[in-house]
Amino acid sequence: MKYMILIYNDPALEPAYGTPEFGAMMQGFFEANQVMQADGVLLGGEGLKGVETATSLRIRGGKTETMDGPFAETREHLGGYYIVEVPDLDTALKYAAMLPAAAFGTIEVRPLMDYNPAG
Amino acid sequence: MSTAAPSASASTIAASKALEAVLRADKGRLISALAYRLRDISLAEEMLQEASISALAHWGRAGLPASPQGWLLRVALRRAIDRIRAQGRASRGAADMAMLAEEEASEMTTEAIPDARLRMMFTCCHPALELKSRVALTLRVICGLTTAQIAAVFLDNETTMGQRITRAKTKIAQAGIGFAIPAREDWPARLQAVLTSVYLIFTRGYAAGPKGADLCGEALFLARLLAQLCPDDPEIEGALALVLLTDARAAARAAGAMITNQDRALWDSAKLDEGLALIDTALARGRVGPFQIKAAVAACHMADGGPDWPQIGALLTALLQFEDTPVVRLSIAVALGEVQGPQAALTMLAGLTVDLDDYGPYHAARADMAARLGQNDAARMAYQRAIDLAETPQDACFLTKALQNLPAIRA
Repeated sequence: MKYMILIYNDPALEPAYGTPEFGAMMQGFFEANQVMQADGVLLGGEGLKGVETATSLRIRGGKTETMDGPFAETREHLGGYYIVEVPDLDTALKYAAMLPAAAFGTIEVRPLMDYNPAG
Repeated sequence: MSTAAPSASASTIAASKALEAVLRADKGRLISALAYRLRDISLAEEMLQEASISALAHWGRAGLPASPQGWLLRVALRRAIDRIRAQGRASRGAADMAMLAEEEASEMTTEAIPDARLRMMFTCCHPALELKSRVALTLRVICGLTTAQIAAVFLDNETTMGQRITRAKTKIAQAGIGFAIPAREDWPARLQAVLTSVYLIFTRGYAAGPKGADLCGEALFLARLLAQLCPDDPEIEGALALVLLTDARAAARAAGAMITNQDRALWDSAKLDEGLALIDTALARGRVGPFQIKAAVAACHMADGGPDWPQIGALLTALLQFEDTPVVRLSIAVALGEVQGPQAALTMLAGLTVDLDDYGPYHAARADMAARLGQNDAARMAYQRAIDLAETPQDACFLTKALQNLPAIRA
């Protein structure tokens, strides 16, 4: 099954750029990436720029409304994602737990929709 | 589908009795075996239901098969294969289907049906499911309770409980929760999720008093099943011991007394002895865990010369490393009160107000300690709060007696 691993965290709690903690976090992500690649489960993933760069859009009554900011004003924001292909939820959770952001944010794991169940 | 004869023949009655007996004894095992193979709990339940209907017709005509369980499993598998093929959904691989077909063709006796209940318990009690859903699903799949029975346990209506169970089964299927024994590194945490569910079943039954005896029986059955399927695990032994030791006091508790002043003659000595022996076995394995500690605490409460409070305090303090919760701290404060005196307990209790203000036992403990210090007004208020928050009539009754025993209010 394919799962999306979504990383939510409060940017204020994230280690500041240039500190040893920041270096340790990046090292942690690097190591997690290495493991996922070596295990052959990693299909993709990216980090996102900060929410101050986000633009939201919706169409209401045929009119496109564009707004500054993220979809929801919350403390924890989507900061990045991975897509992995693994046999089951437990395996996906195991990779999610490798991500350094699990220690200061929340990681959500969700299966991707299967548009072609007949395979 | 057969049509029922106006007057059921003797053989049909015999078949239906036999089926009822098989399902009563082995439904959980059959559902687990099917769901593990089909990787779908709902489909397993539906197919067992269909196989049961066939059984009534066939067994009535042809007599009881050599292995009724094997017969039901084979017919249910055949129906499932037909269903999957008819749906044209090759969502499972060809190899998978071949395996199912092969199993369907083989003659299965009860003994030869691999027991999938341990896997199924880990699936039903997966931490990705809500605790209440875990309990409901375990009672349904492993114990074979009906939705109506499970709804009664939670004082929910049947529709709401049915939806909860359906949601849980859907999540298992959609989120890819496997039907697997957890990996070694996940074992301790996953086992705690299973044991917590089993223990919750027990406490719900226990809190209901004599009415809850069936539920206590289910919890005991589950704990024994785990111990049998997974021998030598000290936490399972600890959980079984905890259930046994608590259950041993059920009759004494129903007689209306808290543990400190129960009539020991009402304790079930067979359960007490079995529980004590299990704790010794578990602790000797040298891998301590929360259920072993809680069972040891229960044993200390039932010690021959009365509760061993210093030991209880020490055990509860050890429990903090696994479960640092306000409720455990409350128990420590109570033990402290017995060892160092009520003032020490009240000081510790004061620090727990924020977390436990809505928790009846917290106010009961405060009341008891205040009363010992002669602070009767404080005790009275705390007892009243505890009575308001009491979860069972027995608790409320006991607390009301304690309140009435306080020295009268000065005029």
